[in-house]
Amino acid sequence: MTGSIMDTFFEECEELLEAMDAGLAAIEEGDQDAETVNAVFRAVHSIKGGAGAFGLDELVAFAHNFETVFDDVRSNKLELDEKLIQLLFRASDHLSDLVTCARDGGQVDSAHHDVLIKALAEYIDEDEEELVFEPMGVGAAFEPAALPLLDAVEEEVTYDIRFHPLKEMYATGNEPYFLFQALSDLGELSVSLDENELPGFDAMEDGENYLSWELSLTTTKPRSSIEAVFEFVEGLCELSITTDGDAEAEVDALAALNAAFGVGSAEEENVVDVPLEQPAPEPVEAPALAEVETVEVPEVKSDPASENTPVAKKDAAKAKSAGPKPTLRVELDRVDKLINAVGELIINHSMLAQQIANLDASDTRDVETELEGFKTLARDIQEGVMAIRAQPVKPLFQRMARIVREASAATGKSAKLVTVGEATEVDKTVIERLADPLTHILRNAVDHGIETPEDRAATGKEKAGEIRLTAAHRSGSVCIEVKDDGAGLNRKKIRQIAIDKGLIPENAELNDNEIDNLLFLPGFSTASEISNLSGRGVGMDVVKNAVTKLGGRVNIASTPGRGSTFSIILPLTLAVMDGMVVSVAGHTMVVPITAIVETMRGNDDMINNLGADGTLLSIRGSFVPICDVASSLGLRRDTTNEPAGVYLLVETENGDRCALAVDDIHDQRQVVIKSLDGVCGNVPGVSAATILGDGKIAMILDPESIVTASSSAAVFDTDRRMSNAIAS
Amino acid sequence: MQLQAEAKHVDHSEFVSFTVAGQAFCLKITQIREIRRWQPVTVLPHAPADVLGVMNLRGAVIPIYDLSARFGLEQTDASERNVVIVVSVHDKPVGLLAESVSEIISIDPDDIQETPQVDSRNTMDFIQGIISQNDEMVRIINLDAVISSPEQVAQ
Repeated sequence: MTGSIMDTFFEECEELLEAMDAGLAAIEEGDQDAETVNAVFRAVHSIKGGAGAFGLDELVAFAHNFETVFDDVRSNKLELDEKLIQLLFRASDHLSDLVTCARDGGQVDSAHHDVLIKALAEYIDEDEEELVFEPMGVGAAFEPAALPLLDAVEEEVTYDIRFHPLKEMYATGNEPYFLFQALSDLGELSVSLDENELPGFDAMEDGENYLSWELSLTTTKPRSSIEAVFEFVEGLCELSITTDGDAEAEVDALAALNAAFGVGSAEEENVVDVPLEQPAPEPVEAPALAEVETVEVPEVKSDPASENTPVAKKDAAKAKSAGPKPTLRVELDRVDKLINAVGELIINHSMLAQQIANLDASDTRDVETELEGFKTLARDIQEGVMAIRAQPVKPLFQRMARIVREASAATGKSAKLVTVGEATEVDKTVIERLADPLTHILRNAVDHGIETPEDRAATGKEKAGEIRLTAAHRSGSVCIEVKDDGAGLNRKKIRQIAIDKGLIPENAELNDNEIDNLLFLPGFSTASEISNLSGRGVGMDVVKNAVTKLGGRVNIASTPGRGSTFSIILPLTLAVMDGMVVSVAGHTMVVPITAIVETMRGNDDMINNLGADGTLLSIRGSFVPICDVASSLGLRRDTTNEPAGVYLLVETENGDRCALAVDDIHDQRQVVIKSLDGVCGNVPGVSAATILGDGKIAMILDPESIVTASSSAAVFDTDRRMSNAIAS
Repeated sequence: MQLQAEAKHVDHSEFVSFTVAGQAFCLKITQIREIRRWQPVTVLPHAPADVLGVMNLRGAVIPIYDLSARFGLEQTDASERNVVIVVSVHDKPVGLLAESVSEIISIDPDDIQETPQVDSRNTMDFIQGIISQNDEMVRIINLDAVISSPEQVAQ
């Protein structure tokens, strides 16, 4: 029992830490308005509150110091200068370490802890009140312990309440006056009447209510106690409760009221957008009131931000642009089970389709139509389930900010991380497994990429280096880029190191791209002396492996003196993809559709020999090297010039084109990806497996590695480059 | 002496015996998940001779080894008459091709004899001990040694 409450606490902590980091980042950007500062303060405070409940003294003590400093910032006693912001960042990193330690056990660096506490204490006034925080007993009687997390915030908040009774409310004998009186017991209340809706005397209807009130309540009580006041008139009035922060989101309230349906802000997806016919009257200072269909989700995220969440009422729910949407917390296991089931469903569909095709019936058209419907539905479900797993990369990027901070502190360089496309959604597993490779790339970027401030000044660059971390969707895949504005790769040095380490022969002729890719060879590390930052004996090959395991690939582009760009290209989902079913030397295989540019049936005229065993395919006047899949996979011993028949034109990540020769193309279908990870390690040329309609397993080919393998093995390098030049 | 102590670890006394390349082998019954008739598998490119390929086991992709080739004996020419013994190694299902399954035998752990020293290193590693059954020698397979890690397959 205690365990699960603690789990909840730690889950919340993670969200709170994220909120804190986001807030701090905003503050650093110059957004120092009260609401941002408040958000960070609330996050720290809630962590402290929860930690106190579990008797995590160290965490409480540190959070308290942190919070106290922030409280002073909030009340404008302290000014947020560069130095303080940096300290707050370090403190937030440490706080997150403390949370991790509390969760996983382990010890924090106590020296670092003390230094930070001291540094924070310097900002705290002497006469600040002593820390009194009674740890509560954690035991069987502690079930409702999640509550302190919700109510932990005790600061004063001003709520703007807009209250419009329906005539039914009067009919049931309720009286606004008593409601206002009850509200005034909660805190400081001001009431003003809004008679804007009052029609002309002749238009008035007997018994109808045209009056609304705007109330402003400043209280330390949580929102729930305000709602409690209105509990008895629920459904009998239109009610909206908003906090100060919402004020920016205010739209023309009256217009919204007059419209039959509420018109919310564009960001609120579940709002029906109805055009307004009447010209909007004078803007009124009142929060938007829109009738929105909102589903009450039982397990709403209980972070303090929920104070700002619109309260869902049966009739009148409040639209608010910036507020988080209601979310449901589901165990990942359940989602994964669902995903597996959907995978089986798709396999099942193709089995059915195959059975029907084999059926000896004269007319299967009706069944096929239904089957097509089945397919569409299965795809819908699959997309829906995938969407559940998809998460924005924002938290990952925020963590990376810390990596850059720490790395620059350790190297004495100055670097700042700019993130773009934080809202890009990627599969949760991908996000988790990206953390390590990204960390590595970023550390490398700071350690090797960005120059020292002196060097930068000498070359006329800004003192602080910039590392740009970008995420974007690009035609069926996700592209994550790390771009630094440092010195760029030292190709001469890379080449020399590769030769020294015996990774390439001394007389190897490599083009720039190939030299860059030497970085990914196992056992390659450019740091001449092992720095404790990036040169830990593991090189960029770790990055490549991690990304390859996710079905993606890494590229490097670099311009001397201008910086380097690492791009990681990943598939959108890990579970299903569209593939072309082909046969290769009697084996059925699948080629990812995303890799295929064009397919064509070849004849002898199109094939041109080049050198001893190089063949080129001529396509509309350009020549593309042919790569025989069967021989590349070692499935056909003789590579005699039996034309394979069908060519799949593929384009690799660095723009090279190649024609994959296969025996035949059968079908294009959705296949469920079954990882070969843990089944048989890394198979060259194969990225994963799938199960076909007949229950057999088919290999999913990795065109990229087939092309690379064949071009490095067979054809002369020069030929390839020449043909590339022709092709492109 | 030490080997005898090791033999004591074999606490379950039910074994399934089967033949591989004409020789009798056995595995602890608790190590075996199921036994299936041989069906053609999907070949893995660039795989070593003892890795036959992968098979679909109710939606899971599992690797199939040729036990005979793994032991350094001749490769099995797999047919319908052969069986695939699905075992669990490191919590992952793995299929082992054997000629045929013989019977379930009950063994007193004390009857397990240590493997006599022979020249072949591989054999020594793969065999945990031997027992005499109806005047025939049955070799107890050391599963962890035969399939040390799933990663090794394609290497």
